[in-house]
Amino acid sequence: MAKRESTFINMVLTLMLVTVVASLTLATVYNLTKEPIARAREEARQAAIRMVVPDFDELITRKVMPAEGRDSLEFNFAIKDGDLAGVAVSTYTDKGFSGRITAMVGFHPDGRIVDVVHLQHKETPGLGDKIEKSKSDWSDQFQGMDPATAVIRVTKDGGQVDAITAATITARAYCDGIQRAYDAFRKHVLSEGGIEL
Amino acid sequence: MSQIKNFTRGFIKENPVFVLLLGLCPALGVTTSAFNGLGMGLATTFVLLSSNIVVSVIKDLIPNKVRIPSFIVIIASFVTIVQLVMEAFLPELFDALGLFIPLIVVNCLVLGRAEAFASKKNTLSSIADGLGMGLGFAFALTLLGAVRELLGQGAVFGLSLIQADGMLVFVLPPGAFIGLGYLIALTNILKKSLKTE
Amino acid sequence: MEYILIIIGAVFVNNIVLSYFLGICPYIGVSSKLTTSVGMAGAVTFVMVLATVVTYLIYTFILVPFQVTYLQTISYILVISSLVQMVEIMLKKVSPALYQALGIFLPLITTNCAVLGVAILTVQREFNLLEGIVYAIANSIGFALAIILFAGIREHLDLMDIPKGMRGAPAALVVAGIMALAFMGFAGLV
Repeated sequence: MAKRESTFINMVLTLMLVTVVASLTLATVYNLTKEPIARAREEARQAAIRMVVPDFDELITRKVMPAEGRDSLEFNFAIKDGDLAGVAVSTYTDKGFSGRITAMVGFHPDGRIVDVVHLQHKETPGLGDKIEKSKSDWSDQFQGMDPATAVIRVTKDGGQVDAITAATITARAYCDGIQRAYDAFRKHVLSEGGIEL
Repeated sequence: MSQIKNFTRGFIKENPVFVLLLGLCPALGVTTSAFNGLGMGLATTFVLLSSNIVVSVIKDLIPNKVRIPSFIVIIASFVTIVQLVMEAFLPELFDALGLFIPLIVVNCLVLGRAEAFASKKNTLSSIADGLGMGLGFAFALTLLGAVRELLGQGAVFGLSLIQADGMLVFVLPPGAFIGLGYLIALTNILKKSLKTE
Repeated sequence: MEYILIIIGAVFVNNIVLSYFLGICPYIGVSSKLTTSVGMAGAVTFVMVLATVVTYLIYTFILVPFQVTYLQTISYILVISSLVQMVEIMLKKVSPALYQALGIFLPLITTNCAVLGVAILTVQREFNLLEGIVYAIANSIGFALAIILFAGIREHLDLMDIPKGMRGAPAALVVAGIMALAFMGFAGLV
């Protein structure tokens, strides 16, 4: 088996060639998959929005900075027949047991919660993952809650939210995310001088 | 035919996970369910097979001193391809496997086979070896995932088999270690009894 | 302070080996002797911190501005393998004894999922450079803690009478599982 000699020029050339071919291949695959990836993400987002707001025929999206937090929230205004049917807010919390949890909170125009569905999390399977609707109906307790009157905190912290057994940290974090969404909602939608659509 | 031997070697006699103790990180990290284990196993098989083929085809063109970096670039490219394709077409599996997809590039199994086998044997043998080792790896991961899912959640591949609360510890890190430990012990006993027959 | 949380999180609560399952190969492979474990931990610390810094800079100043983040896996692993080569050369000169003791496991740091994993996680959790360095150091401490504790237990285990099928890796894994169980007790800390 005649291997190429390990001369300096051979080594450099080979490495360069391999890397160039690899990069070109990857760039091609990247371009081919860019659209499907964006489409898959958009579908997931739309599905989450549809789960937490009433029927709509038009969707307007705005980014809003929360009062507290590093990243912006995404406000999705669901319009039906020209009227605001609900707002789906894509929110986050970094207080999860294993890092960031993102969720979609749906509000009626008057601020009551329609529903909350998780988007992404890395919480413990069997414990924190009960925030997922497919794993438990724990998150159903948020339906219809009005954050203006109900305290969105776990009962241990003086609130009205039942924690997840043995996953208080996850439950607490989830409430933090929902509260963040509501605070921004109250500031920009409920109060006067809200967002221009 | 020797290709059959190359292929079947990876299943029991030299199973990457249970015998060679390679690729333990993903074996422990993603086997919370049989489906995740299978998904990771097949993704790794794809990378292993592709890199084995490429390495074995161009092995004579690569100077000896730069073979490891070259193999790494080749393997990393295929891993990136898997990442992009999975994100585009299998977003749920992509989210479930998370960090461990790019970590396929440091799976000692892949680099190990490229170095020990594909760089020395012909392409057909490398294909058989890649397929055998990869599917053996997938088999090990699926088995461990099934055991953990069964004991931890009473289900396999999402199909509920036992109507009781599972032993949570098996879905969590300790269960991964313990489950794998016992499976390796079983393999040791099996091999010994096959030898003494 | 933020940094204390990062450190406690990485060393105890989300220990890189016992919770994230990264760095298992050297964990099982090297931990049969206490002295090699200490040496391995030191080498991993060095590579992990350096790798995190370099990959962070590459990600922030090259991959993102040029919109080629899909080259993350390739560039990261090339950085890590070069760093390991450098460490090998340095170690041969500075401490040939340690170099011999580590043997095959030194180049295997390249395939140590913990190093690549921490590099990726630093960017994923959106740490800045200083936080990233703290995170890398904390994780290497966590790795060192896990592997040294484990080596201590294994040295005792080797002297015991264990059923034949369980000897070696299976017993080690069950012990690791119990350690992981113990570390889960830190869960409420942060």
